[in-house]
Amino acid sequence: MAEQPILELKNVSSNYGNIRALKGISLKVFPGEIVTIIGANGAGKTTTLMTICGIVPLKEGEIFYRGEPIHGRAADTLPPLGLCQVPEGRRIFPRLAVEDNLEMGAFFRKDQADIQEDMENVYNLFPVLKDRRKQHGGTLSGGEQQMLAIGRALMSRPKVLLLDEPSLGLAPLIVQKIFEIIEDINKKSRTTILLVEQNANLALQTAERGYVLETGRIVMEDDAKVLLNDSRIRKAYLGE
Amino acid sequence: MIQESKKIWKNYAIGLIWFFVLLWPLLGIHDDGSLTIGRAFRVWLYVLAATFTCLSLYMLHKNDILTWVSSPMAKVRDRVRAAAGVLPNWFWVGFMLAAAVLFPLFSHRYAQDVAINVLIYICLGLGLNIVVGLAGMLDLGYIAFYGVGAYTYALLNLQFGISFWVALPFAAFFACVAGCIIGYPTLRMRGDYLAIVTLGFGEIVRIILNNWMELTNGPNGLLGIKPPGIYYPSFAHGFSFEFLYLKKLYYLYYVILFLCIFTILAVYRLNYSRIGRAWEAIREDETVAELMGVNTFRLKLLAYAMGAIFGGLAGAFFSARMRFVSPESFSFLESAMVLSMVVLGGMASIPGIILGAFALIVLPEVFREVELYRMLAFGAAMTLMMLFRPEGLIPAKRVGTRSEERED
Amino acid sequence: MEFFLQQLINGITLGGIYALIALGYTMVYGIIQLINFAHGEFFAAGGYMGVILLSYLAAQGYMTTHPWLCLGGALVLTMIYCAALAMAVEKVAYKPLRYASRLAVLLSALGMSIFLQNGLMLTQGVYDKAYPSSLSQGGFEFGMITLSYLQILIVAITVILLLGLNALVFKTRMGKAMRATAQDKVMSSLVGINSNKIISLTFALGAGLAAAAGIMVGFYYGSVRYDMGFIPGIKAFAAAVLGGIGNITGAMLGGLIIGMVEIFGAGYISGQYKDVFAFIILIAVLYFMPTGIMGENIDDTRV
Repeated sequence: MAEQPILELKNVSSNYGNIRALKGISLKVFPGEIVTIIGANGAGKTTTLMTICGIVPLKEGEIFYRGEPIHGRAADTLPPLGLCQVPEGRRIFPRLAVEDNLEMGAFFRKDQADIQEDMENVYNLFPVLKDRRKQHGGTLSGGEQQMLAIGRALMSRPKVLLLDEPSLGLAPLIVQKIFEIIEDINKKSRTTILLVEQNANLALQTAERGYVLETGRIVMEDDAKVLLNDSRIRKAYLGE
Repeated sequence: MIQESKKIWKNYAIGLIWFFVLLWPLLGIHDDGSLTIGRAFRVWLYVLAATFTCLSLYMLHKNDILTWVSSPMAKVRDRVRAAAGVLPNWFWVGFMLAAAVLFPLFSHRYAQDVAINVLIYICLGLGLNIVVGLAGMLDLGYIAFYGVGAYTYALLNLQFGISFWVALPFAAFFACVAGCIIGYPTLRMRGDYLAIVTLGFGEIVRIILNNWMELTNGPNGLLGIKPPGIYYPSFAHGFSFEFLYLKKLYYLYYVILFLCIFTILAVYRLNYSRIGRAWEAIREDETVAELMGVNTFRLKLLAYAMGAIFGGLAGAFFSARMRFVSPESFSFLESAMVLSMVVLGGMASIPGIILGAFALIVLPEVFREVELYRMLAFGAAMTLMMLFRPEGLIPAKRVGTRSEERED
Repeated sequence: MEFFLQQLINGITLGGIYALIALGYTMVYGIIQLINFAHGEFFAAGGYMGVILLSYLAAQGYMTTHPWLCLGGALVLTMIYCAALAMAVEKVAYKPLRYASRLAVLLSALGMSIFLQNGLMLTQGVYDKAYPSSLSQGGFEFGMITLSYLQILIVAITVILLLGLNALVFKTRMGKAMRATAQDKVMSSLVGINSNKIISLTFALGAGLAAAAGIMVGFYYGSVRYDMGFIPGIKAFAAAVLGGIGNITGAMLGGLIIGMVEIFGAGYISGQYKDVFAFIILIAVLYFMPTGIMGENIDDTRV
């Protein structure tokens, strides 16, 4: 493609504690795409997202967002630029109400009226959140928390949404719904999505392109359909 | 590089301004209705001069401009270390021991007085080290055991006429009991809570000592405690044993030196024993230690009790030497001082603690003129050490390495 | 019966003071898991700043012409001063140790506590410093019970501050950001909350409240001392733990309880050992119910 990637990692290495978790990975995400990173537990998927977001410090390499380098920037400067993560395990604020959680998603924004409008949109997308809006986040079920986490990220009007294992610990029906919504967000608002998943099947069906991460290295990179049909991938990640 | 330097100087300047704004109201607003700027400005200038010098040196060092000083210094240091390493360790230990034993012959009262203090605090520091350095539990009320030991000897001596050496084991025993009483509820707590609870216990002990008039005579203290005495064989009127009170200062010096060496040996042996290994495991990661089969509760209690015992012994000596005890000597500040000796000298490092005790007792004596600023400097030093050299002046040598430190 | 009521009044007054100090401990622990040993010194600094300002105003004659304005102004300035002091201490002694061991930052806090205490002593003197006494006279009397104007004032100011803090923390955007940061620091960064600024704000608020407590204690007892922060600090921490560390409502409740226990204990059991009651409660709570009455509120996530 001729256009510039909206998110690009060049030879990124970073550590998790004393262990080298990422060993020189490079990837590109183009605007409007859904790209997935699949891999086993401990491959470094979460570390990748956390490194992009500046939580895990970069040891080597560079990260570019919309052409500008963002490595070394503090994590809280990224949502205002349009880069937002829904981390693994939902991590909604447990003792804050649902509506407060959403409000925190828009913390850095100043446009009061638009924030209200966005909150209504999130309630329309996830009606169950509207019902429970005064309840503490910690009292919600897993699926509801996932919806809340996504809703909270949407409140930042992201251009690029990073999702870390949205299917984790959820019932298949709910997972289905969440993935439909993810596709919906991508289609309607042209939000770029970088999806990290252990459920390789679902991820590769939803995404356009995929990267395979194994012990901190990218071992394969291709269109999602190609990966779905690749025999090695099928054996290792799709349970055949 | 230049960017970083500019940022550091900018932060420094902002810090100085803030400091002045915070300092001025304390020195410049007077209750006669006047506002002055002189005093505050003078103090601020001193601080400016000192910090500016330190920061400049640091920045020059960082930018490798000072290498013409630092590399010859490093070379000298390495050469000295090599030369010292030629002679085996036990030679140096023996040398220090000989120096310590011969010390009273070459010094006068004042120096011996200071030396006795240093030795007492070495004992205390090593005792606290068992709790803080070896087992990793932050104890802010350690001085309570010192007090228990001191009062035990004082009361046994005054009420029952028991002599120092007979009373020593009692002092150790009661301190140990106190340690178990305090340790039992506190040892299940989180690290931060442990600190403040031990502080609370230390205060409780002090308050009880201060208010229980019938037993301890309260703030007036107990007077007339007899110093240690020994029986020595005398051939004056045929063979018999004479009793002598060790009132002379250098006799006391040898008593405390003996106690101190005993403590050092005990702590050294404990450090390299199975128990010491278990304590280190608890210090590094308690959950893992528990999973490996270490009975953490019992070992922590043991650490507490042992630390208390050494504190109690030092306390007994203290009251024998001063011949007077009062609750004043057992305040939180004392606990903090002993703790800082351990931490600043180097936790779990015996030479470090000895150096720490030395520094914290001798330096204030040397800088007697600025006595007023002693505690201020002390507080600042604690914070600064944590910021710049948390492992202490003489860090403890690790026994073994961690796997992740070896690889890569 | 009258004795009981008098103790009740005294207990509520003292309890409010402890609540104000306890809030600082609880908020700071909730957000960065640090027992700020130096917090007691913010309380003491508040007491001193109050006396400095009020003495100055009294000497200038403003206390006689506009007493309420002076009091109000002194209160606000003192709170601002201590907030600034706390922010400076955090920046210098705690922030660099944010990722160091717990022991290191505790010791740094201890060092700061000693430093500040001695700083107060060196700049203001070792002796008690007295408040201008024109304020503390008078009150209502119901038989044997006195309810002094001062007590009413203190309770009123305390209630206003507590309600204010409550509103700030639970209703405003900033307050929610503070709670979010306390509950999950990493996540709050990921939504765009600058945790450094929030932490500074937390310190500032806590110290401001402690300063208010300090100035009111100065009024109430008539004088301040450089070491006035030490024991109340421990008691206030006990109150914070009693209520559930990190829990704001808990700290308020805990302060009240500790104040009551101290006054009633001193009145009915023993005046000499009154300090011990708070310590005993601390130890008992930590042993039997470490999460406190209202439950903890700290970051219980990992990474």
